[in-house]
Amino acid sequence: MSFTPMSVAHGPRVERWTKRAALFVASSFVALAVLACGPWLFSPGAIDRLSEFFVYVILAVTWNLLAGYGGLVSVGQQAFFGLGAYAAIRLSAGGVSVYPALLLGALVVGALALPIGEVMLRLSGGEFAIGMWVVAELAHLLVNLDPLVQGETGTSLIALDALNAAARRADTYWAALAGMVLLLILTFALLRGRLGTALQAIRDDELAAASIGVRVLATKRVVFVLAAAGAALAGALWLASAITFQPHAYFSVQWSAYMIFMTLVGGLGTFEGPIVGALLFFLVETEFGASGVWYLVGLGAAALGFALFAPRGLWGGFSRRFTPRLLPLGYHVIMPQSDVRDGAGGREER
Amino acid sequence: MIFLNQMLQGVFLGAYYALIACSLSFLFGVMRIINLAHGSLAVLAAFLLFVLADRFGLSPWLGLILVVPVMAALGWVLQILVLERSLKGGLLVPLLSTFGLAIMIDNLLFQGFGADTRSLAPAIGDLSFASWALNDDLAIGALDAIILLAAIIVLGGLQLFLARTRLGRTIRATAEEPEIVGLIGIDARAVYALATAIALALAAIAGAFLAFRATFNPYSGGMQLLFAFEAVVIGGFGSLWGTLIGGIALGVAQNLGAFINPQGFLIAGHGFFLVILIARLYLGPLAERVRFRRQRAPAA
Repeated sequence: MSFTPMSVAHGPRVERWTKRAALFVASSFVALAVLACGPWLFSPGAIDRLSEFFVYVILAVTWNLLAGYGGLVSVGQQAFFGLGAYAAIRLSAGGVSVYPALLLGALVVGALALPIGEVMLRLSGGEFAIGMWVVAELAHLLVNLDPLVQGETGTSLIALDALNAAARRADTYWAALAGMVLLLILTFALLRGRLGTALQAIRDDELAAASIGVRVLATKRVVFVLAAAGAALAGALWLASAITFQPHAYFSVQWSAYMIFMTLVGGLGTFEGPIVGALLFFLVETEFGASGVWYLVGLGAAALGFALFAPRGLWGGFSRRFTPRLLPLGYHVIMPQSDVRDGAGGREER
Repeated sequence: MIFLNQMLQGVFLGAYYALIACSLSFLFGVMRIINLAHGSLAVLAAFLLFVLADRFGLSPWLGLILVVPVMAALGWVLQILVLERSLKGGLLVPLLSTFGLAIMIDNLLFQGFGADTRSLAPAIGDLSFASWALNDDLAIGALDAIILLAAIIVLGGLQLFLARTRLGRTIRATAEEPEIVGLIGIDARAVYALATAIALALAAIAGAFLAFRATFNPYSGGMQLLFAFEAVVIGGFGSLWGTLIGGIALGVAQNLGAFINPQGFLIAGHGFFLVILIARLYLGPLAERVRFRRQRAPAA
C-alpha cells in the first residue's frame, strides 16, 4: 500500500452532505414544485390517482417508522386510518370547515393514540401486533354505534359534496400533497436527530439500548403517536377523495396488508424504501387492481417472499450494493487510505 | 333464567375458543412464534371438510380422519418452508411472513369458494339441534356438550403428552434451549416441525367445530385468530388449563354483552380482553412490588 502524506494530514473524514445528496435533495424540491402545479398540468383522472398515491406514501412511511425503526409490527393501523376519517366526519358535522377538519381530525386521533399506546407499547412482538388488531376491531364496532354513521350503512362527508367538483379535486390533491410532504419532513427530521439514533439503538437491541440510557418507552411513544396521526391523516385524506364513509372499508385489515407490502417490498428500516414501495404498490394496483382476488393473493405472496428471502427489500438491497446515499440522513466515515469508501468504520449509520 | 341460559351457552362457546386457542398457545410456547395465519389455517381445514362433505358426501366426522393428517403434513411443510427461515430473521420476520401467508390463504379460499357463508351443521344431522332440556329455559345442546368434551380431551391430552411422554419432554427441552439440546442428539428442526404439525392438526379440529357450530367464509380466519389470542391472553400465556378458563371467560363476556345489547357481543368480548390486559399490565407489577416488599420487610 502506498503511503501518502496527504491522507495522514486529513485522517478519516465524517461526511453527511455529499454532493450527490445535495443534488438529489435539490431535484426532489423541483419535482415537488412540479407536483404542486399538478391541477394545471394533469388530467382529472391523474389528479385523483396521484392523490391516492400520496396517501399510500403516508401509510408506508408511517408504518415503516413503527416497524422499521421502532421494531413494532402492527396489523391494526387501520384503527387510526378509520378513526381519522371518522374524526373528520364528526368535526365537519360539528361545524368545522372541511379541510381544516381533516388535519384537526388527525391531531385528535394522534392525541387519542397516547393512552392507547400507553397500554399497547407494554406488549411485545406478536402480542403488540394482534393487540392492535383487536383495538382496530373495537374502534370499528364503536364507530358503528354512532347514529351519525348508521352502522355499516355509513355516511359521507356532506360538506365536500357541496363544493364544485373541479375545485374539490384540486383542493384534495393539494391537501394530500401537503400532508405527504409534512409527514416526510417530520419523519426525516426525527430520524436525523437524537431520537432517530435512539430508535435505531432500540430496534437493534432494546435491552442494550436501555442499559446505556436510551429512554425506550418514551421513544416508542413518540413513534407510535406520530404513526397513528399519520395513518389518521391518510384516512381523512382518503375520505376527502372518496367522500363516502363505510366503516368496514376504512377499518379493514387490508390496509395493514397494503402497508406491510409497501414497506417490506420497498425496504423496511430505510427512509427511501417505503416511498419506493408505495410507488411500486401504486403501479401494481393500477396494472392488476382490476383482477381482484388474485391481486390480493399476489400481495400476500410478495410480502411472504420478501420477508423470507429479501428482508431488506428492494431499496435496502439496492443501497447496500451501490450505496447511493441520496439523502443526508446517516453519517459516512471516509477512510483516507482505503479505496473502499465503506471501510471498517464506514458503515452507514442508518 | 334466560340470562342463566345465555351464560351457559357462553361457557360452551368458550370451549370452542379454548380449542382454537390451545394450538396458538402451544406453538408460541415451543417456538416463540405467534402464527398470524392460525385462524386462516383453521378455516382452511373447515373448507377441506366442506369439500369432502359437499362433493363426496363424506360425513365430516370421517372427513376429520382425512383432514387432520393432511393439516399435520401441511404444518410440517410450513415449518420447513416458512417458519424455519423466519425464525432466523429475527423477531419481526415471523409476524410479517405469517401475515402474508394469512392474506394468501384467505384470498385463495375466496378465489376457490366465493364469498358465500357456509356451515357444516346440515352435514352432521340431528346433532346440530339435539339437546337435553334441564328445565323449561335451560338446555344443553348435544353438539355443545361434544365440543366441551373435545376441549377437555384435547387440552388434557396435550398436557399429558407434554408432561409424561418422552416426545413431550423433548419438545419442552427444545423450547427451553433449542441450541443446547443439539448436544444430546436432538434435532431442534425436527422437533419444531413436529410441533407445527401438532399445532395444525389441532387447528384442524378447531376448524371442524367452527364449521359444525357456526358459519364461516373465506375471511373468517382473522376473527378466529383474534378470539384465540384473546382466550390465551385472558387465561395467561403458557398455561393450557388457563386457556380453557380464558376461552370460557371470553365466551361468557360476549354472551353477557349480547344479552345487554344486540350489538354488544363483539364489543364486550374485545372490551373484556382489554380490561384484563390493562389489569395484568398495571396490577401485575404492583402485586410483584407488594410481594417484594413483604419479602424484604423481615430482613430489614
